[in-house]
Amino acid sequence: MPMTKAQLLAWIDKQNAVFLDKKEYLTDLDAAIGDADHGINMNRGFAKVMEKLPTVADKDLPAILKTVGMTLMSSVGGASGPLYGTFWMKGAMALDGKTEMTTADFKAFLEAAVGGIVQRGRPELGDKTMYDLWGPVLAAVKAADDTAPLAEVVAAALPVAEAALAATIPLQARKGRASYLGERSIGHPDPGATSSLYMLQTLREALDI
Amino acid sequence: MKKLINNVEDVVQEQLQGMALAHPELTVKFDPCYVVRADAPVKGKVALVSGGGSGHEPMHGGFVGQGMLDGACPGAVFTSPTPDQMYECAKAVDGGAGVLFIVKNYTGDVMNFETAAELVAAEGIKVQNILIDDDVAVKNSLWTAGRRGVGTTVLAEKIVGAAAEAGYDLDQCADLCRKVNQYGRSFGVALTSCTVPAAGKPTFVLGEDEVEMGIGIHGEPGTHRMPIKSVDEMTAYAAAQIIDDPAYTRVVREWDGQGWADKTLTDAPFAKGDQVIAFVNSMGGTPVSELYAVYRKLDEVCKAKGLTIVRNLVGPYITSLEMQGFSITLLKADDEILKFWDAPAKTPGFVR
Repeated sequence: MPMTKAQLLAWIDKQNAVFLDKKEYLTDLDAAIGDADHGINMNRGFAKVMEKLPTVADKDLPAILKTVGMTLMSSVGGASGPLYGTFWMKGAMALDGKTEMTTADFKAFLEAAVGGIVQRGRPELGDKTMYDLWGPVLAAVKAADDTAPLAEVVAAALPVAEAALAATIPLQARKGRASYLGERSIGHPDPGATSSLYMLQTLREALDI
Repeated sequence: MKKLINNVEDVVQEQLQGMALAHPELTVKFDPCYVVRADAPVKGKVALVSGGGSGHEPMHGGFVGQGMLDGACPGAVFTSPTPDQMYECAKAVDGGAGVLFIVKNYTGDVMNFETAAELVAAEGIKVQNILIDDDVAVKNSLWTAGRRGVGTTVLAEKIVGAAAEAGYDLDQCADLCRKVNQYGRSFGVALTSCTVPAAGKPTFVLGEDEVEMGIGIHGEPGTHRMPIKSVDEMTAYAAAQIIDDPAYTRVVREWDGQGWADKTLTDAPFAKGDQVIAFVNSMGGTPVSELYAVYRKLDEVCKAKGLTIVRNLVGPYITSLEMQGFSITLLKADDEILKFWDAPAKTPGFVR
């Protein structure tokens, strides 16, 4: 079953809810190894997205996704603004004219979206960034059969994402402000990988409606 | 948290509104937010745009004016501004000679300015971006995001701003800015932490008698903590970190008109006989009187190391909210740099 527009809107709505709910938790994670603003920034960004959403809710999927990306790009700031902004905007470009998203479409979306993160941030696996989550998740999604229902594909990627997030804990950061901590960045999950996991979890929930 | 604020969410906007009222020679735009000279764009002059998180005032908005910046993009406190601000600001200040982005080396600032440079270039406006990365407390660029951009930013905005005013073209401004960055080195010391209004609690915790050596301007950790010592001892240590710093090599990414090009840059260490501009900066909470105590020792150390201070700047110019502490920047000065250092500047935060 492909993803409908109602499910996409539900996904965005659920992200808004999770970033409100996890605002303090993400900020605390970021305070440990960064600059203590990730939860505040993500919450501000998705609140703006919810303001903009009614203006495009009757448009096709890429128009909605592009609006999410542009809004995050212009309201989140920090490093996560351009990274998530690029994620959604590049992903949108892979879905030209689509009104629903099949598993094959989702593969194209995710490949373009994660490609955007790589292009903007130039991360390598093991740098302790959100790419440490998206790299393995993309590989898992791409390996799925095109005929498998999208909800199943996403559900199968979730444990991969959870393991990838856990795997950031022992890493020493080599990108972003956390890198200035050197070895003191070891022992904490990466805040960007954490917010990325929430994106995937809320997608899983949205596909149930 | 004890601060002069109304609502936490409105802090930056209300401060900028006040600044606009106090300085009619500036225009402050909101949504997206940027500060420009009221007489922008200046026809035929290269426009300088910088920006970064708020909380470092007077940098950058306070340096907008004749002889320094044409525009500044303030982000939320300690958070990078966004590409739409930089894009709109660049369009507002471009007088046909192009726009130079002066970017402090922080992951967020770099990515947002790179995105903006692509947008501005797509609009047909000539653009260059030069990184400032002068904080010698960061030792290893392979294992980190590289040296942070700190005190040299203020000096670069003054010097390159004067060069643009004197008619330098975009390439010449970019070359001069790159040279200033490569000639400048800084080191900071924190006596206390600072509190971001939206966070409501101190960014880090320092013991009553502790100082953080090598602090970044957002409270990033330095090289080590130690019990506080005399101003002479702390100044001598900071100065030695700068003067004895060896050659530094890293790869920077610059816009070459078509796309991004990686450049390997190596900064030479200071040498006996160098003339320098000495900049002693307050992190916000330290009074100017204590900065002069720092300057007194810095002058002695420079003399002992064979460096001649030919110009100086003492005061709060690149701050970290209410943090107590200081930073030292030494900039090797040649004739070109001195000529533009001495040129007039009329901005809210820097007048010559």
